[in-house]
Amino acid sequence: MRPAVEAIQLARRFGAVQALAGVDLTVHEGEFFGLLGPNGAGKTTLISILAGLTRPDTGSARILGHDVITDYRAARRALGVVPQELVFDPFFSVRETLRIQAGYFGLRRADDWIDEILAHLDLTSKADANMRSLSGGMKRRVLVGQALVHKPPVIVLDEPTAGVDVELRQSLWGFIRKLNRDGHTIILTTHYLEEAEALCGRIAMLSAGRVVALDTTRNLLSQFAGLTVRLVAGRVPASWQSRVLRADGGVYLLRLDDYADLEALLAALRTEGIAITELALQEADLEQVFLRIMSGARASVTAVPA
Amino acid sequence: MTTFGAGWPTLLHKELLRFWKVAFQTILAPVLTALLYLLIFSHVLESHISVYEGRVAYGAFLVPGLVMMSVLQNSFANSSSSLIQSKITGNLIFVLLPPLSPVDLFIAYVLGAMIRGIAVGLGVLAVTLFFVPSLLYMPHPLWALGFALLGSAILGTLGLIAGIWADKFDQLAAFQNFFIVPLTFLSGVFYSIHSLPRFWQQLSHFNPFFYMIDGFRYGFFGLSDVAPLTSLGIVLTCALALALIALALLQRGWKLRT
Ligand SMILES: Nc1ncnc2c1ncn2[C@@H]1O[C@H](COP(=O)(O)OP(=O)(O)OP(=O)(O)O)[C@@H](O)[C@H]1O
Ligand SMILES: [Mg+2]
Repeated sequence: MRPAVEAIQLARRFGAVQALAGVDLTVHEGEFFGLLGPNGAGKTTLISILAGLTRPDTGSARILGHDVITDYRAARRALGVVPQELVFDPFFSVRETLRIQAGYFGLRRADDWIDEILAHLDLTSKADANMRSLSGGMKRRVLVGQALVHKPPVIVLDEPTAGVDVELRQSLWGFIRKLNRDGHTIILTTHYLEEAEALCGRIAMLSAGRVVALDTTRNLLSQFAGLTVRLVAGRVPASWQSRVLRADGGVYLLRLDDYADLEALLAALRTEGIAITELALQEADLEQVFLRIMSGARASVTAVPA
Repeated sequence: MTTFGAGWPTLLHKELLRFWKVAFQTILAPVLTALLYLLIFSHVLESHISVYEGRVAYGAFLVPGLVMMSVLQNSFANSSSSLIQSKITGNLIFVLLPPLSPVDLFIAYVLGAMIRGIAVGLGVLAVTLFFVPSLLYMPHPLWALGFALLGSAILGTLGLIAGIWADKFDQLAAFQNFFIVPLTFLSGVFYSIHSLPRFWQQLSHFNPFFYMIDGFRYGFFGLSDVAPLTSLGIVLTCALALALIALALLQRGWKLRT
């Protein structure tokens, strides 16, 4: 089976920032793929290269086998992108916006499909409203519609649910899942990790322009299934500093290797005379996997002399 | 299987809708401006300026200049403002994501600009004919049409280039105020260059806008400062050169694709 998306050694620098530092990635046809990473990790830059909006310094990318630069027509036709920025053309209504977008792809009579998109995105009642008059969440749904209007086999969504309310997020995911079942390849970036955990079969984590983890969601979860403990206390014992995954006020998330570690932690707290306000064991979820990988990535990045 | 046609006709259609939806500002306002020029200048200058050795009344002489000036300025305004607006609001991405080629983009933006320019020019002509009906009897209408088309294509292309280059509205305004407007005003819109001192007359020959307006005027009077065929050659060369520059910029994605 040919890959839906191939990125080969993609690198891109903006001034002093190495936005991508050699990314290799293959997404197979029919996958529901997650692209995670903290702010500035390079997710949008990667997507922009796939879409032909940004040129890589080195490396190449292909959509369904079509190089995004030398065979850009076929590559772009195969790709639907929901951009991260909330952009719209204030001159037009929702329906005009979708018709025009279909026309840019050379589709003339797309009205039936446009009606279907409008219904799925709960925009039917707004079809003739001017783009300016829509709420932020509605504008974002129109962006999703615009990305789908040419029925692309590969769909990339750059934080499609930012600013969309809970109910619509559910229906939006229902729609995207259906597209995935119908054979569309989906690539998704989001900062809602529960979303990625529930939807994505495979996940790549990006940090500082590098892929720091790439595996099935199930493997990622089991591989890092180590326990974590949520601790509310004045501070963390000195010997446990390296195990802190997240510190938020007096609330700490600590990594345990096994249950026996809990005894060691309690002992350390006792010896240092730290009072515990609250302590709870937690199962691994994607957020914790993410935090662990990112803290590991940070450590390895800082370990390399500049 | 879905079949895909060409995408540029939709981009052209969008460009036309964009100015048509605000036709009051984009067509009527420039027509009114040109009319004011005609009324004021012809009234004030009629007795002071003689053109083509007095064979043509100044009011009549002025009309083709004003028509062409409107064509040129509005063609430039259309492509340049469309691009800068899309760049600043970020919705240019909708044009960059589809498989539109550099040639597709060029055709759509320049044709859109030409149609706006010619529409305004026709409006100006229609209104001014009311005051100078003799102009209806044009000896060479095809020459006039040819120069109007080429002039609007040149300015539409310049607008495309300026729109790609500019990051802000004031940069575009500077391009317009320091380049387009002086070149138009110094091209013989309001006078025949034969009425200029020798030095300025010579200088005018380096202004491509002069040939557009002079050639256009030939269509109305059968009289011109320069042989129309010479003007046609120069204007055609300019159009081709600018088109090549614009296509090269689009091909490289200069300022559009980071
Ligand atoms: N056009 C640009 N000019 C300069 N720097 C840029 C540009 N685009 C991206 N960058 C930089 O490249 C890095 C990666 O940015 P990118 O937008 O790809 O991150 P991201 O993973 O999408 O982040 P977020 O989750 O915030 O959307 C950042 O440091 C950003 O500042
Ligand atoms: Mg981003």
